[in-house]
Amino acid sequence: MKYSDVTPKSVYLNRRRFLAALPFAGAALTTPQARAAAAKLQAVKGPFSTDEKPTPFIDVTTYNNFYEFGTGKDQPSLNAGRLKTSPWSVVVEGAVSKPQTLDLDAIMKMAPLEERIYRHRCVEAWSIVVPWIGFPLNVLIKAVEPTAKAKFVAFQSLYDTKYMLSARFAGIEFPYVEGLRMDEAMHPLALLCFGMYGQVLPNQDGAPIRLVLPWKYGFKSIKSIVKIKFVEKEPPTTWNLSNSREYGFYSNVNPAVDHPRWSQAAERRLGEFSKRKTLPFNGYADQVASLYTGMDLRKYY
Amino acid sequence: MKWIKPPVFLLCLVPVALLAWKAYHRNLGANPIEYITHATGDWTIRFLCITLAVSPLRRLLHRPELIRFRRMFGLFAFFYACLHFMTYLWLDKFFDFGAIVKDVYKRPFITAGFTAFVAMVPLAVTSTAGWIRRLGGSRWNLLHRLIYLSAVAGVVHYYWLVKSDIRLPVLYGTIVLLLFAERVGRLFAKPANVLLVRQRGDTR
Repeated sequence: MKYSDVTPKSVYLNRRRFLAALPFAGAALTTPQARAAAAKLQAVKGPFSTDEKPTPFIDVTTYNNFYEFGTGKDQPSLNAGRLKTSPWSVVVEGAVSKPQTLDLDAIMKMAPLEERIYRHRCVEAWSIVVPWIGFPLNVLIKAVEPTAKAKFVAFQSLYDTKYMLSARFAGIEFPYVEGLRMDEAMHPLALLCFGMYGQVLPNQDGAPIRLVLPWKYGFKSIKSIVKIKFVEKEPPTTWNLSNSREYGFYSNVNPAVDHPRWSQAAERRLGEFSKRKTLPFNGYADQVASLYTGMDLRKYY
Repeated sequence: MKWIKPPVFLLCLVPVALLAWKAYHRNLGANPIEYITHATGDWTIRFLCITLAVSPLRRLLHRPELIRFRRMFGLFAFFYACLHFMTYLWLDKFFDFGAIVKDVYKRPFITAGFTAFVAMVPLAVTSTAGWIRRLGGSRWNLLHRLIYLSAVAGVVHYYWLVKSDIRLPVLYGTIVLLLFAERVGRLFAKPANVLLVRQRGDTR
């Protein structure tokens, strides 16, 4: 299947027209960064891909949660043009024998890029299917050699007050932080992601480097990473800081544990009318359930 | 003044017409059902605010004839609330009444929204001249104070729904509070006037 099958040309053109109608976003399209953002990204077929139909590109790029660029779903696509993704580097620190600052180009050369078509389930009960491009997070982790003290990995997003929403308005703390237990981070499903739909990540989807953790709610898949720190204790995570009763550290997709304000039993796949049942671990139980053996998933939600 | 009512009526229909137009052209974004839910909810709370603003505006602007719009605005609030509720019932829950009962009972934000909606039903039913006559002015007025409950429950519903960015619910909460404050202020400032107005049967 070609991507033109997923996103008909009329939709692309429609999007152009839509963007052109907005002075700010229209300008963003003509900047070098924006042209670079549409650059193709070659990848080989990777494992774990679903054969479900990918969600149209237009939906995945205009319906985003990226609160740094606004809390409305359409705002990141309108505002993220200001994000400068090159040059970009990631600081690696903490319990590693090789703390360092890695250039994005150097990271991308660590392993062959793979395309993996994953289901992606938001805590807000909608879902998408996305052909991501990247390689396992464990490639980078192994390269920096964590010490025995490294029990968790903490991630931090870029935050620039000059052009991003203030934390006061967003209602969550910035910079956005996330974390994983070491064995979760080492799991082959956990993807360090640089692109999607055959091209580099659009800014609103977390350019230039993000995580994709398909068995967890979407907010765990942190965007626009600038720092990775290896730590001994469970690190703070943004949504948990904001509301610990509603968002746990693990946040594995679990239809049996409702969000206090809405059911998690079903989800709406973008582009579909009816709802579909949500699967434990978003359908990746065979791969990841063993990570949580013996844990009470109602307690560690 | 009378000629202005039909155009205002049509103006109140613009949001739903726009929604229908966008739906027809498949222009409601990636999650159309969420878009419809939010749009109809937004217009419900806006029309509740507009309805509540009629009486203060009559007094502030010394334009008592504005009263002729109040019922229409109130009924439009109910109209958008019905669309909002139907969207939830049909497009979100697919008439799964078991799930709906559980929702209303278990989820405070649904409970609040449901309360706001239910409180509007008797107001819409008794909005006719016949019902005002049957109930009598003062009892009718008393019953129609339920709009205060609807407005508060509506704001709470919105506030409890949002994940973290509370700016809009706080804005509507402030508007409702100001509209309440005008009424309370009047009650304390000029008790004599209140009595006069009450006798004419339009305390709100």
